[in-house]
Amino acid sequence: MLLEVENLVTRFYTSEGVVHAVNGVSYNIDHGETLAIVGESGCGKSVSVRSIMRLIPQPPGKIESGRVMFKGRDLLGLNDEQIRKVRGNEIAMIFQDPMTSLNPVLTIERQITEALEQHWKMSGAAATQRAAELLEMVSIPNARARLKDYPYQFSGGMRQRAMVAMALACEPDLLIADEPTTALDVTIQSQIVNLVRRLQQQTNMAIIWITHDLGVVARLAQRVMVMYAGYVIEAAPVKELYGNPRHPYTLGLLGSLPRLDAPPNTRLFSIPGQPPDQVALPEGCPFAPRCHMVIERCLHEMPPEEPVSEHHHVACWRKDDVGNGGPRVRQS
Amino acid sequence: MSGNHKPKVLLSVQNLKKYFPIRQGMVIRRHVGDVKAVDDVSFDIYEGETLGLVGESGCGKTTVGRTLLRLYEPTGGKVFFDGQDITRLSPSEMRAARRKMQMIFQDPYASLNPRMTVGNIISEPMLYHRIVSRADRDERVRELLEMVGLRAYFAKRYPHEFSGGQRQRIGIARSLALEPSFIVCDEPISALDVSIQAQIVNLLEELQDTLGLTYLFIAHDLSMVRHISDRIAVMYLGKIVELTDRNELYDNPLHPYTKALLSAVPIPDPVIEEQREIIELEGDVPSPSNPPKGCNFNTRCPLAQPHCFEAEPPLVEVSPGHHVACHLVEPTETA
Ligand SMILES: Nc1ncnc2c1ncn2[C@@H]1O[C@H](COP(=O)(O)OP(=O)(O)OP(=O)(O)O)[C@@H](O)[C@H]1O
Ligand SMILES: Nc1ncnc2c1ncn2[C@@H]1O[C@H](COP(=O)(O)OP(=O)(O)OP(=O)(O)O)[C@@H](O)[C@H]1O
Ligand code: SF4
Ligand SMILES: [Mg+2]
Ligand SMILES: [Mg+2]
Repeated sequence: MLLEVENLVTRFYTSEGVVHAVNGVSYNIDHGETLAIVGESGCGKSVSVRSIMRLIPQPPGKIESGRVMFKGRDLLGLNDEQIRKVRGNEIAMIFQDPMTSLNPVLTIERQITEALEQHWKMSGAAATQRAAELLEMVSIPNARARLKDYPYQFSGGMRQRAMVAMALACEPDLLIADEPTTALDVTIQSQIVNLVRRLQQQTNMAIIWITHDLGVVARLAQRVMVMYAGYVIEAAPVKELYGNPRHPYTLGLLGSLPRLDAPPNTRLFSIPGQPPDQVALPEGCPFAPRCHMVIERCLHEMPPEEPVSEHHHVACWRKDDVGNGGPRVRQS
Repeated sequence: MSGNHKPKVLLSVQNLKKYFPIRQGMVIRRHVGDVKAVDDVSFDIYEGETLGLVGESGCGKTTVGRTLLRLYEPTGGKVFFDGQDITRLSPSEMRAARRKMQMIFQDPYASLNPRMTVGNIISEPMLYHRIVSRADRDERVRELLEMVGLRAYFAKRYPHEFSGGQRQRIGIARSLALEPSFIVCDEPISALDVSIQAQIVNLLEELQDTLGLTYLFIAHDLSMVRHISDRIAVMYLGKIVELTDRNELYDNPLHPYTKALLSAVPIPDPVIEEQREIIELEGDVPSPSNPPKGCNFNTRCPLAQPHCFEAEPPLVEVSPGHHVACHLVEPTETA
């Protein structure tokens, strides 16, 4: 296993109270695999991956507990110097907004060669040559000339591709993509998704892809982890999750998507209410206030994450009733 | 929109243009060119229907919506609302006409005044147009809040106390206050979480059924547009490239851009995704200040012929109700 995260707990101590951002999250990923993390805004997707790279501002943040085994080392036990070497080198990250990670006053060339110098001790003509190859690899036309450009001279899609080129410059074992295509148009999003998939086949890197787009997940992931209010509430191989969702939230989420094969004028299924405030999480299951299957027990006890089949885990007291003769989301 | 009776055209947009001038120079602001945000767009919207308007960022969707309400002055073209050309109305006549034409915005955070209570936000347009007395005001606000699924006592609160979905409901209540017949919905769900999007779409559909509203629904989420629309117009770089019935668009897209756009949208079903053929478009959308000669799409079109770089294809009705602007698409029957 390349990465094993166990029982990660991350909180933020703010003036409004303690934000329970990540509440005991466990997952793992192997070489060549793609894991998608989905969930609504604020449910802890970014914090759960930023914590493993130790990119949480402390204070107000604090990683309270957990273990992050990466190639046999616990990343949470490394000193700052050691973790810096891991970042960018063995684990690379791309973000939603490329402008936050590209330096606006340096040319694209300078930014890529800097990474090459740091990690491969490559410099001069060799580094420039490699930088041009990387830009070509991410399908930027006329790559050698475009190296001299500044980020503002690139379109949004080109910047995101340049980010991918930089992230891959050091041939990381793990690429973490935090909503890298959310701000992009569908045709450009499709270019980036296909590009990353192609590169993964060449390098066998592992990918963690954070998104709230269940279509993108279906296109690129092998396994999916659904988060809600800082908890993993369901995790399964992608076809299993879409074909046989076993948590009422996942079921509702999939049901609330418009379907191509639905007859006209069918109303969408909609989950009532909104996600809880993570400063004041309800006792028991965090989904209980919105759940159509709630029972007394849900209001008092948090259901543990338990297997329903070999690779399929669910945290719900009524997991055996969901999609199994129990109440169902109206079929559209 | 089925049935044999001919539906009434509520809104007719003819050759609408909106150019934004580009000026240069510090002292003397020279007019050096134009952003052709909307460039000769024509379509009708029937009473009671939802026309979807889709296309990528910057293609001119919002500008179409704002220009047809005359929130922007058109550079050219006409807009008939209920038979009346509103581009010729004086400012005061336009204010009266606008009661019937409202807009819901993408950003539920920015579009509500943070210093006003929800009650005041909703009643402001009614008081301005003098369609409600101060005495009846609270009753009407309460009615509107309940209509959009909020509690009446929310009227005393301020926007920051609400979630994104609730703020969007407040925006919808405000736009309903004047009892409009037509609403431009400009990406009303894009800023919301998936589980909240369905709530708002259902609300819009219910309101349409009960109040007989007509919508122009702007979005870039094609699956949601397909769900809510009766007909759909696809825009690219300031022009409509295809316009047809929603099922026809998905079952039989004819414009190469529509085909690529539909194939780029991932379908939330891993079994379908596994077998799907994806048409990947190269490059980016050209700048609307310097559109290519000939067909707008020729820089990215996988099928472009020499002729496409010379002449601009007109929007032609190739089969009943199916309009396409592409040199390679031939009419299936002569009208
Ligand atoms: N620096 C911070 N200070 C205080 N709270 C924070 C901070 N960063 C994150 N949080 C809180 O932690 C929780 C989890 O945030 P996170 O960014 O992981 O959400 P997310 O699932 O990535 O959401 P999105 O889809 O909006 O990116 C949220 O409630 C958020 O408000
Ligand atoms: N007030 C303005 N002044 C100058 N240019 C403008 C103005 N409003 C829009 N534009 C330009 O007109 C073009 C069309 O913009 P518009 O906002 O209509 O696009 P859109 O399709 O709504 O995009 P999005 O999906 O990003 O909202 C863009 O190139 C934009 O930069
Ligand atoms: S544990 Fe109870 S409340 Fe939570 S999802 Fe399951 S049934 Fe619903
Ligand atoms: Mg995030
Ligand atoms: Mg817009």
